[in-house]
Amino acid sequence: MTLHPILVALRRHKAGVVLIALQIALTLAIVCNAVFIIGQRVERIGRPTGLHEKDLFMVEQTWVGAPSGDDPASIEKLDALQRADLATLRRLPGVVSVAAANTLPLTNNSWGGGVSLKPNQQNATTRSVFYFGDEQLLPTLGLKLIAGRAFNAGDIVHQGFRDTRTPPIVIVSKPLADSLFPHGDALGKTVYFDGSRATTIIGIVARLQSSSTSSWSSGFDYNSAIEPVRLDAYFSRYVVRTRPGREQAVMAAARDALYAANPMRVISDDPGDDNGIRSFAQIRDQAYRADKGMAILMGVICLILLGVTAAGIVGLTSFWVGQRHRQIGVRRALGARKIDILHYFQIENGLIAGAGVLLGVLLALGLNQWLMSHYEMTRMPLPYLLTGVLAMLALGQAAVFVPARRASNVPPVVATRSV
Amino acid sequence: MFAYYLELALRSLKRSPGLTALMVLSIGFGVAASMTTYAVFRGVSGDPIPWKSSKLFVPQLQIFAPGRKGSDAEPQDALDYADAMALQRDHRATLQSAMYMISPSVIPRGAGRHPINVTGHAVYGEFFPMLDVPFAYGSGWGADADSQRAAVAVISGKLNRKVFGGGNSVGKTLNIEGRDYRVVGVLGDWNPQPRFYDVVNTGGFNSGSEDLFLPFQTAIAAGMGNNGNTNCDAVPKESGFVGLQQSTCIWIAYLAELDGVAAVQRYKQYLDHYARDQQTAGRFAWAPNNRLRDLPAWLDDQHVVPSDTKVSLLVALGLLIVCLVNTVGLLLAKFLRRSGEIGVRRALGAPRSSIYAQFLTEAGMIGAAGGVLGLLLTGVGVASVGLVMPKSIAALARLDVSLLLVTLLVAVLATLLAGLYPTFRASRVQPAWQLKSN
Repeated sequence: MTLHPILVALRRHKAGVVLIALQIALTLAIVCNAVFIIGQRVERIGRPTGLHEKDLFMVEQTWVGAPSGDDPASIEKLDALQRADLATLRRLPGVVSVAAANTLPLTNNSWGGGVSLKPNQQNATTRSVFYFGDEQLLPTLGLKLIAGRAFNAGDIVHQGFRDTRTPPIVIVSKPLADSLFPHGDALGKTVYFDGSRATTIIGIVARLQSSSTSSWSSGFDYNSAIEPVRLDAYFSRYVVRTRPGREQAVMAAARDALYAANPMRVISDDPGDDNGIRSFAQIRDQAYRADKGMAILMGVICLILLGVTAAGIVGLTSFWVGQRHRQIGVRRALGARKIDILHYFQIENGLIAGAGVLLGVLLALGLNQWLMSHYEMTRMPLPYLLTGVLAMLALGQAAVFVPARRASNVPPVVATRSV
Repeated sequence: MFAYYLELALRSLKRSPGLTALMVLSIGFGVAASMTTYAVFRGVSGDPIPWKSSKLFVPQLQIFAPGRKGSDAEPQDALDYADAMALQRDHRATLQSAMYMISPSVIPRGAGRHPINVTGHAVYGEFFPMLDVPFAYGSGWGADADSQRAAVAVISGKLNRKVFGGGNSVGKTLNIEGRDYRVVGVLGDWNPQPRFYDVVNTGGFNSGSEDLFLPFQTAIAAGMGNNGNTNCDAVPKESGFVGLQQSTCIWIAYLAELDGVAAVQRYKQYLDHYARDQQTAGRFAWAPNNRLRDLPAWLDDQHVVPSDTKVSLLVALGLLIVCLVNTVGLLLAKFLRRSGEIGVRRALGAPRSSIYAQFLTEAGMIGAAGGVLGLLLTGVGVASVGLVMPKSIAALARLDVSLLLVTLLVAVLATLLAGLYPTFRASRVQPAWQLKSN
């Protein structure tokens, strides 16, 4: 079949053709960008923390009338309180290990700073977040040590949380080690935190995500350093690993046990995000709730868009089929087979959708560019665009099938009837 | 005549229920998606203190050495202790207050009750009149309470109910971190979103509440630490809270009320003068680089409105446009299918304006139906926004009369707009040609 008669016929429905093409173009532009946003969010949500996240929970509590934590005597007092809590938690049935930690990945409580190769370097070599914890932290979190050694009890010091001293040794994540020492010889090297705090790398863990999920830490999402310090402050955080399946039971018991051991504290019983005792699954869920929501929202909008556009094609093609009832009858009477009529409408739709998709690709790239210049958005990779193009063409064909089949069922006898 | 057109429209719509339903659905969904995202956007981008925002200013100073960490061309978004205290001491604005975030624990009376953590701010007494903070009982404190570091407190209605069981608690004592404070004021219903007075530490939107306000110097003297962000460009020389106060770390928010252009100009000059003095004194080794933004400009600069809500609104508006293009196509098909009817009406003497009236009535009817569907869907959308957006933001999306009216209006206007071209085409139908072909 030649395209000529189709093109001639299209010229007689200019407005309708332009409208369908425009609709397909706009749909493609929006769907591509929306799906790209979904893809980015899904990728973000799926990022591993480096922790073994099952059977893990965090306790966050505040002392009431706590000593200031600024003088040696009060630091000793705070540390005694903290060690007592750690012992209390360890005694709970179902607990595998307990560690003191200043923060965890995804909790958005962060201490970060520059890391340099030389003291008082003008511009830091890279940036990192700093974790502080005791010798139980690595096994409790399930971090994978890939070089050097872990901390032992003798390495651990305790100091006030505003104390700016740094212990002589540190464990870093592999990405931090690599950005400081690209040749892979980080072990045993001395680095400087915040320009002046000197420390030596004694171990490297495969992966430990930043405690921050905000844009503040973008660019150094996996740069982490663990300092062998139990921080003493008016608050404390503990990480608890339980035996498989015992997480909920231990979480419930932990609150009562801590209050029984020392009632002068606050463990928030907020039913939501501020609860003092949260499983890591909850922490993860909270950290990515906005991303998940955005992905769902974009997904819903995409579905509506595709539905509306498909329905629009069905509607307009049905109208054309009705309009050309007689012509179809004439063609059938002159010997055209059913399949020829079906193909006619399919090719017609292919042409219109093709034009729409061409315009749509330009619009999609333009929209992506505009979003990049106004919001935190990266360039859309080509596969998104190609998938979008194929999807739109397929959608057009699927939508046109029902009216086209109806057209192909028009009997030849229609040609002989007057209206 | 309008009644007649309505009847004609109704009859025509009934004749092709599928197409009609398609158009109504498409308008309904398009409008609902736009309105739901708009409700969220309206919630987060509203002016938290519209009657006064243009008089409230945030002074910024270049405290970190320029060209290093945390500083591009913009000066820092918070103040260190020394500079905040200098601005407070010089007292050049009508009203002003330095503030920082605190989170002490309060010990309720009565046996068996666990202590609770409350968040709030340490502020100066002028904070309350400056922000027109509503009081249910009592009031804020005066300048003498600030200078004497008085142990007084202003608490929220929520904390009042929690600790004292509600009622007028002015004069009662509240145990904060083991020390007694006299309650001088209980706030009325006050939970501004965003927390415009301290967006740096609260991140703008906050589902928690502000339950406690203490005099700034009282909190400092009590060693009540900063619960917000602390940003340093150098390690403090001394450790501890006192070390923080002596450092150049920034952790204090500041707000000043300036009435009139002249006052703003004078305050700008004062800031420049102050920064130059610091340069002369050797504290700053760089030329003054100050900003004095009013509140709307400050909220904009701090990107308080989450970009997700803007992007969602944009995408939803795109959906509405596609729905409209769709409606244009379907209306065109629908109207031109009735060329014969149009031809007869025209041949019988109906002017083009009648054709316009008839078909725009029909379009308007579809718009109204789409609007009603859109209203229902917007209701569902706003109610379920909490499922996809953070609680603090979702809570701000509200369905009110103005939103309902806007939804209906958008639906009808948009459909009329979509109906314009098809109607134009319908009015161009040649009666002679139609009659002949029949």
